[in-house]
Amino acid sequence: MAQVIEVRNLSKRYGDKVAVDGLSFTVRPGRVTGFLGPNGAGKTTTMRMMLDLDRPTTGQVLIDGSRYRRLAEPLRRVGALLDANAVHGGRSAHDHLLWLAQSNRIPSTRVREVLELTGLESVAGRRAGGFSLGMAQRLGIAAALLGDPPVLLLDEPVNGLDPEGVLWIRTLMKGLAAEGRTVFVSSHLMSETALAAEHLIVIGRGRLLADTTVRDLVEADPRSYVRIRTPEPERMHTALTHSGIRVREAPDGALEVYGTETGKIGELAAAAGLAVHEASAQPVSLEEAFMRLTEDVVDHRAGGRR
Amino acid sequence: MIVTSLRPAFVSELTKIRTVRSTAWTLLLTLLVCAGLAYLVGASFRGATRRENFDPLFATFYSLTLGQLPLVVFGVLVVGAEYSSGTIRASLTAVPRRGLYFAGKVLACALPAFCVSLLTVPATFFSAQAGLGPYGTSLDSDVAAAAVGACLNLTLICVFAMGVAAMLRNTTLTLAILLPVFFLGSQGLGNIPGLRTVTQYLPDQVGMVVMHLAGPQGDPRWARDYGPWTGLGLLALWASIALVGGFLVLRRRDA
Repeated sequence: MAQVIEVRNLSKRYGDKVAVDGLSFTVRPGRVTGFLGPNGAGKTTTMRMMLDLDRPTTGQVLIDGSRYRRLAEPLRRVGALLDANAVHGGRSAHDHLLWLAQSNRIPSTRVREVLELTGLESVAGRRAGGFSLGMAQRLGIAAALLGDPPVLLLDEPVNGLDPEGVLWIRTLMKGLAAEGRTVFVSSHLMSETALAAEHLIVIGRGRLLADTTVRDLVEADPRSYVRIRTPEPERMHTALTHSGIRVREAPDGALEVYGTETGKIGELAAAAGLAVHEASAQPVSLEEAFMRLTEDVVDHRAGGRR
Repeated sequence: MIVTSLRPAFVSELTKIRTVRSTAWTLLLTLLVCAGLAYLVGASFRGATRRENFDPLFATFYSLTLGQLPLVVFGVLVVGAEYSSGTIRASLTAVPRRGLYFAGKVLACALPAFCVSLLTVPATFFSAQAGLGPYGTSLDSDVAAAAVGACLNLTLICVFAMGVAAMLRNTTLTLAILLPVFFLGSQGLGNIPGLRTVTQYLPDQVGMVVMHLAGPQGDPRWARDYGPWTGLGLLALWASIALVGGFLVLRRRDA
């Protein structure tokens, strides 16, 4: 049960608006778990409830079997990046980390270490109010790593970062997971998340839409198909349709075969004595799979229905 | 358990206070306004021609009514800046037990406020005596009592301001409410006879008897319905109510 985060029947209501609606899932150690959903899906609210910043309307979150509020010296157990700008602008990066360290009896030598780790040593004495978003994000990461915690909760860590910073965070998260830590990272960008995360929790309008691996998410999409080119498309069409397989004709004369795999088609073709010039799997992109999953729950689509 | 966890929370809050500039200037301003104004008030009393009912301690500590305002701002900023900057979320992530966090903060704010009072009150006293010249007073037990009362008054006013800020969670709003209370309460409303039965219990008024700022207590125009130390006790009560209110808001509301 080490370092497991359990979210149980979690709900949050603001007046009559439901932000999080009966969420249950488990986050396990040793891998990066992506927490995905369109903007406004309830990701940040969920993470705030994980940290006991917001009170759930129902349900609870358990970290190693206990509520966050019950953890002694919680920065040594859970590191969190919520809002990188939530730093007093008049305080230096070093001093911000220093008070955090002191609150959890973390030795002040660790402050230097995380400043170096996040590449902030040269600006440690500068007031955080003058930081760029990228620097603020690094300071937030430094704060999360301060207690060398086995669990990390990161809310949109790549927001506002340049490509170099994005790569840095991705490598860092993978490294932390490889060390056996639990890494839970939210994003509204599927493609970016898929590069770092093995496991995905997808939510929309506060509800769980998928708790799956990146691979399964793509394969489960009914729009993934196999493209077939053959000199006798009519016969191939008939052979496949007879086996109960859905086939569509592409404009260039090729066939799009749905709901099956390349091997199965090859066998059918061989049985019918048909030549096949091309058989290629055409999985939907992660972005497409994600959008299909969330299309019914997006609140504000550009130019879409209201 | 509580004491061992309170210490890191306290040390951490002290670091927060130490590492922002507003601390230095609000506390310095408290000292300068109190001591500087004390000299001017003393000097103007020295030049006055009529001195019936003259109480040298009134002239001595009168400047505290204005000089306490930067200290009020200090207390409000210590709490309010957490909300305006969003630091409150980092604070509660680091110390999720609300009572522990709040206790650490209140103690860490009260300590510098008390230390500054310990500097300000003697500085104010000697500065006022310099201004008063021959009409001044020397240190006696009455003066010592007033000085101790003044130190406690300043500290408690600051703590009260913290509690109000914790209830309102907003620096500007808190100052917009507190500063008029601390200005009008003393200078304006307190002089209206009918209102005085009520206004004498306002937080800025209750500490005035011990500091000899409430006028001669033998005179029915000024006499309060409570004595000097009861007055200070009432201020402690105000501060406690504000703290409890602030704590309840902190515990109930989402950060």
